[in-house]
Amino acid sequence: MSFDAATQSPPTDTISEARRQVEICNACRYCEGFCDAFPAMFAERVFGEGDIVQIANLCHNCRGCYYSCQYTEPHEFALNLPQALADVRVDSWDRYGWPGGLGALFQRRGVALSAALVAGIALLFLAQAMLTPANGEGFYAVLSHTVMVAIFLPAFLFPMVVLALGLRAYWRDVGGAPVRWTHLRRAALRAGQLKNLDGGQGQGCNFEKGDRYSQARRHAHQATFWGFLLCFASTSSATLMHYLLGLEAPYGLFSLPKLLGVPGGLLLTLGAFGLAGLKLKADPQLGARNAWGGEMAFVLLLGLTGLTGLILYAVSGSGAVPAMLALHLGAVLTLFLTTPYSKMAHGFYRFAALVRDAQQRQA
Amino acid sequence: MSGIETAGWDVIVAGGGNAALCAAIEAAETGARVLVLEGAPKDYRGGNSRHTRNFRCMHRGPLSVLTDSYGEDEYFDDLIRVTKGETDETLARLAIRQSEDCLPWMERHGVRFQPSLSGTLSLSRTNAFFLGGGKALVNAYYNTLEDLGVTVRYEAQVTHVHIENGQFEALDVTLDGESLRISGRALVLASGGFQSDIDWLARAWGPSARNFLIRGTRYNRGVVLADMLDQGAESVGDPTQCHAVAIDGRAPKYDGGIVTRLDCVPFSIVVNRDGDRFYDEGEDVWPKRYAIWGRLVAAQPDQVAYSIIDSRSVELFMPSVFPPEKADTIAGLADKLGLPADKLAETVEAFNEACGEGSFSPQELDGLATEGLEPPKTNWARPIAEPPFYGYSLRPGVTFTYLGLKVDETARVSGPDGRYANIWAAGEMMAGSILGQGYLAGFGMTIGTVFGRIAGQEAAAHVV
Repeated sequence: MSFDAATQSPPTDTISEARRQVEICNACRYCEGFCDAFPAMFAERVFGEGDIVQIANLCHNCRGCYYSCQYTEPHEFALNLPQALADVRVDSWDRYGWPGGLGALFQRRGVALSAALVAGIALLFLAQAMLTPANGEGFYAVLSHTVMVAIFLPAFLFPMVVLALGLRAYWRDVGGAPVRWTHLRRAALRAGQLKNLDGGQGQGCNFEKGDRYSQARRHAHQATFWGFLLCFASTSSATLMHYLLGLEAPYGLFSLPKLLGVPGGLLLTLGAFGLAGLKLKADPQLGARNAWGGEMAFVLLLGLTGLTGLILYAVSGSGAVPAMLALHLGAVLTLFLTTPYSKMAHGFYRFAALVRDAQQRQA
Repeated sequence: MSGIETAGWDVIVAGGGNAALCAAIEAAETGARVLVLEGAPKDYRGGNSRHTRNFRCMHRGPLSVLTDSYGEDEYFDDLIRVTKGETDETLARLAIRQSEDCLPWMERHGVRFQPSLSGTLSLSRTNAFFLGGGKALVNAYYNTLEDLGVTVRYEAQVTHVHIENGQFEALDVTLDGESLRISGRALVLASGGFQSDIDWLARAWGPSARNFLIRGTRYNRGVVLADMLDQGAESVGDPTQCHAVAIDGRAPKYDGGIVTRLDCVPFSIVVNRDGDRFYDEGEDVWPKRYAIWGRLVAAQPDQVAYSIIDSRSVELFMPSVFPPEKADTIAGLADKLGLPADKLAETVEAFNEACGEGSFSPQELDGLATEGLEPPKTNWARPIAEPPFYGYSLRPGVTFTYLGLKVDETARVSGPDGRYANIWAAGEMMAGSILGQGYLAGFGMTIGTVFGRIAGQEAAAHVV
């Protein structure tokens, strides 16, 4: 597989449009204090394709600059920087994800992601029907540990490999230098606090309330992000307990997997459905063109993953376990497998952009 | 149907920029029933305030984003230097003193400040920059008005002020295609100058004004100002003058705003349509000279000029929104700019030969001057010799007009028979009382905020 095509292709329409807008911003600079994207922009005079991709991935779509802008339509300069940068981002993730085209499919088409979900759930039902374990407790009575590992290990590793290759290509395009601890530290702090969604002064971003600032999106995203990490930590802790300590599921409420997983599932569910609700109120014209459906399907999938996990725990011991297990594991499988191609990819590229930004600030 | 009540208003505010909004907020906070009539559509609300970026503020110690201190006398001296003494000292000192209280008031009403922008470090002590610029400030104030329950109508053009025996009675307003007569108990006028009425500008300045570009809103047509002057309201400011700077000649006719400014003049030679130089480009640092170049360009044939630099100077100034024309030879550049090639080559050659020895230092007056050239270039006179060569066209860009209503310390307007009982004015509409000529960065917003607040308080006190 070759990623060279991505770097050698002529500027796309989205890059040219973003460059046009960024050059206007660079002559104005009123929005300097909103986020990291503007100081990064104002450090340049000429914008190569890599510069535009880097600025686009730094942008968290807080929209503060749009509502403050004196040059939005009907002004002839027709600035809509949040959309221009979102378009570049979506294109870039598609280019960096192998095989190309899958990104465009899952980022833009809610139907595609939904179809993948149905297929994932069906696969789990099929696995249950065909590979009924001889023994086992809890959900291992429905699907053995070995079968689960056989399905989920490749489903986890394959996206990681694709993402790693994509990030390598990204790093080359934006001219990244060797990464040092201080870069990672700054990037992690800014990502962990969602600094770039706080409006620059902690007042929040402009989303569901138009030109008024609000914390709702940042809080919902924090719940989703930390909820997801807790769930991931829960699964990881269970894996370690299984292999290292010989402690097999099911685990009690005061075990590590549950202590991490229950709050994690609650946060993930509330956060993701919260994001979906906010998205319904926000102006779709300030996001990437033709990506609303894919983005909406993605946050709903995240919410569904959390919700089915909680329900699965709630119904444990009942006859509903096999059906809920198929639903939950099907959602998880879909989420993992589409990671390099869905909105999920944004977290990885945005973190890379924050690391690169930390380097450029030091330089 | 406009669906608006035509009577029962305590305070009516004509205008929708910074001064109008400050007045409306102050009045509404006393409990008065306030109506704001903004002539522009919602997308363009806020007059010239939507293009501004900072607020010049007195402060005795570090205040918000402002560093160090900036005292009343220093502020006043800075003002006198640009107005050449054409300033009402009482009103000017009032605006300066009150500015210190205004900044926290602005923050309380949703305005956010940010540190001085990159490229404007020289202003970090004197000017507080708005996060997101003036449109963000305008948004914050409109949101405040919404929270206060104030009625705001857009595309509401006031056409006539009914005044009887020195007392405001009602306004004629065009709204949603209807002509309405709306009465109220007090009136605040804050609807700007007349610079967007090109016919008026041409009558005042001469026909060449038709080639001027208007840097700000197209809605400052001076309709209310003209109506008040027709009725004998006392005026102030030179009716023939406007504040004009040299901006990129390719800027749109209206609303080009900040991005059309060009800071390349000191590092260039500037020629007119015929390829002749006409003024010392290096007389002083650009922040002290940009305001005279509007006038200088306005005096040239076709009101256009061209700034020529070479590759060594292209990164010495803030980028403009339009890329420069570029060519490997002076003749090639002349072609692209539509200038006589032989003449431009001759002018550049004469300039280059007149350049003396010395070190070039873009950040300060370097004394690198031409010898025996007329007009001379007294600083930064470095030959234009390293291709590629770059050229920008320049045109006069009008910021505001000086003619306005005369007010007293309470922002009250006077008519033929003395002070009106219930009419106040604020913002650009009365700024001529303080700015007789010239301009001091960020001072327009100071006048608007201080006198807007005073006008709102006084109008409310009159009716409550």
